[in-house]
Amino acid sequence: MGDKSLTKNGGKQGGKLMSRIWLLISLAVALGLWTLLSVLPQTARSFPNVIVTLSQIPVVIERGILWKDLSSSLISVGAGYALGFVIALPVAILMAWYKPVRNIIEPWIQFIRNIPPLAYVPLIVIAAGVGRRPQIIVITIATFLIMCITMYQGIINIDETLIKAARVLGARDKDIFIRVLAPASLPFVLTAIRLGASVALTTLIAAESTGAFAGLGMRIRSFNNNFETAPMLLYIIIIGVIGITVEKIIKLLERKLTGWQEKREI
Amino acid sequence: MAGEERDIKVHIDNVKKTYMGRTGEVVALNGVNLDIADNEFVTVVGPSGCGKSTLLNIIAGLLEPTSGTVTCNGKVVTGTGPDRGVVFQQYALFPWLTVKKNVMFGLNMKGIKGEEAEEIAMKYIKMVDLEKFVNHYPKELSGGMKQRVAIARAYAANPEVLLMDEPFGALDAQTRTQLQQELLDTWEKEMKTCFFITHDVDEALILGQRVVIMSARPGRIKDIIDVDIPYPRDQETKMSPRFLELKNLIWSQVYQEYLEVRK
Repeated sequence: MGDKSLTKNGGKQGGKLMSRIWLLISLAVALGLWTLLSVLPQTARSFPNVIVTLSQIPVVIERGILWKDLSSSLISVGAGYALGFVIALPVAILMAWYKPVRNIIEPWIQFIRNIPPLAYVPLIVIAAGVGRRPQIIVITIATFLIMCITMYQGIINIDETLIKAARVLGARDKDIFIRVLAPASLPFVLTAIRLGASVALTTLIAAESTGAFAGLGMRIRSFNNNFETAPMLLYIIIIGVIGITVEKIIKLLERKLTGWQEKREI
Repeated sequence: MAGEERDIKVHIDNVKKTYMGRTGEVVALNGVNLDIADNEFVTVVGPSGCGKSTLLNIIAGLLEPTSGTVTCNGKVVTGTGPDRGVVFQQYALFPWLTVKKNVMFGLNMKGIKGEEAEEIAMKYIKMVDLEKFVNHYPKELSGGMKQRVAIARAYAANPEVLLMDEPFGALDAQTRTQLQQELLDTWEKEMKTCFFITHDVDEALILGQRVVIMSARPGRIKDIIDVDIPYPRDQETKMSPRFLELKNLIWSQVYQEYLEVRK
C-alpha cells in the first residue's frame, strides 16, 4: 500500500496472484462494511447481515419465485438487448456513412439518451399495454441509444489513412469494407455490446415497472412494499452478480478478438 | 540534368488543386510541372501548407487535380494503381494484422495468395531486417520498426514508383538516420522511382538526386536543385563541402518561404 502501484498490476510478475489477493482483501472490506451497516442502529433495518440475506436463497427458491423472476428478467433483457443491437448496428453504419442521416438522427439520440427510462415508461405502457411487450420496448430503446452512439462514434473515428493505405495497395470498395472497416470497427462494436449489456440491466427496474407479473425488478418493488428487506437485498446482489459476470465474459471476448489494439478505451 | 538520358516515369503537367476552405476557395497547388525519370530519386522540401502532400496524393491517385494531369508510364492517372505505392508518415499499418499479413496485403489484393505471397512477403521482411517479428502485431513494434514494415509492404506490392510522405517525420533522429541509410541501400539495389517528401533539408539532400523546393500559398515549384553528389552516400557525406554548400543554398530558399508563411 502507498507504493507506486499506479502502474498496471505493479509489474507483470506475480500480477495474477497479487490481483487475486487484492480481490480477497476488497471482498473482506466490503463484508466488514456490510456487517457494520447491519449493526448500526440507523442502517440495521435496511441491511440485514450476510447470513440472514444469504439464507433467503432457499426461501425464494422454495416460494418458486427465483427461477420465475430470473427467467422472466433474462428473457426481457435478452430480447430487448438483442433487438437493440440489431437495430443499432445498421443505423450506426448509416450515420457514419451518410451525413444527412447523421445530422437528422444524432441530436435526438443524444437528447433521448439523457432522459431516464423510468420517465417515459408510462407513455410506453399507454401505447403498448402491460406485460412482456413494454418491457422489451423499454430495454430496446435504452440499449439501442447507447450502442448506436458508441458504434457510430467508433466508426467515424476510424483512421482514414488505413483506408488510403488499403486503396493504394489495390483494395476495392468491397475489400475496404470487409478487410478494413469491419475489423477496424470491431473494437467499438464490442465496447457497444458491453455498455449495452450494462444499460440493459440498469434499465430492468424501469422496464419491469410496467406492470410485470414476474422479474427481478418487479420483485424488488414487491418486496419493498412488504418491507421484506432480506430477500430484497438478495435480489439486488443477484442483479449485480449477473452484471459483473456478463461484463467479464464480454471483456474476455474483447481481449481475444481485439487484443491487437494499441490502447483500449473505457 | 540528371534524368535527361532516361525515360520519363511520371509526368506532372500544369497541375492545379483548389478546395473550399472556410473563407472561400483556397489554391493548394498551382501550375506545378515536373518530370520524374525512371529510377530517379526526387525529394521535395517546403514549409507546411505548401501543398507537397497534396501533390503526392494526386500522383497516388487519392486526390483528383482541379486541372492539369499526372501521367505515369504514359497513362493518365485517374485513381490509385498498382504502379504506384505509398508510404505514409503515420505508418498506416493494419493493427489487426501481423507483420507478415500486413506485408502480404497488397499481394492478396493482386490475387497472389498462399505460399507464393508468403515467400514474397518474407523476402521484403528480411530486406528490412524484421524476420524475427513476422508474427508480431504492430502494437508490439517501435515507430522505426513500424515504418520498416510499411516500407516492406509498399515494396512487396512491387510498384514502379514509390511515393513517400514524410515517412521518417515522426521518428527520433537516430532511427531516422538509420532508416535513411537503409532506404538508400534499398534504392540502389531495387532501383525504383522514388518521390520523397520531407521538411528536413538534410534528409532531402542525402537521399535525392534532385531536390524540389516548393513555395506556399499557392503551392508551386520554386526551384529544383541537382544534387551532384555521387552515390553511395552515407552519414559522412553530410560533412562534405559540396553537401554543406547545397544545404545552404536550399535552406536559404526554404527559410524565405517559412518567413513568407508566417506573415
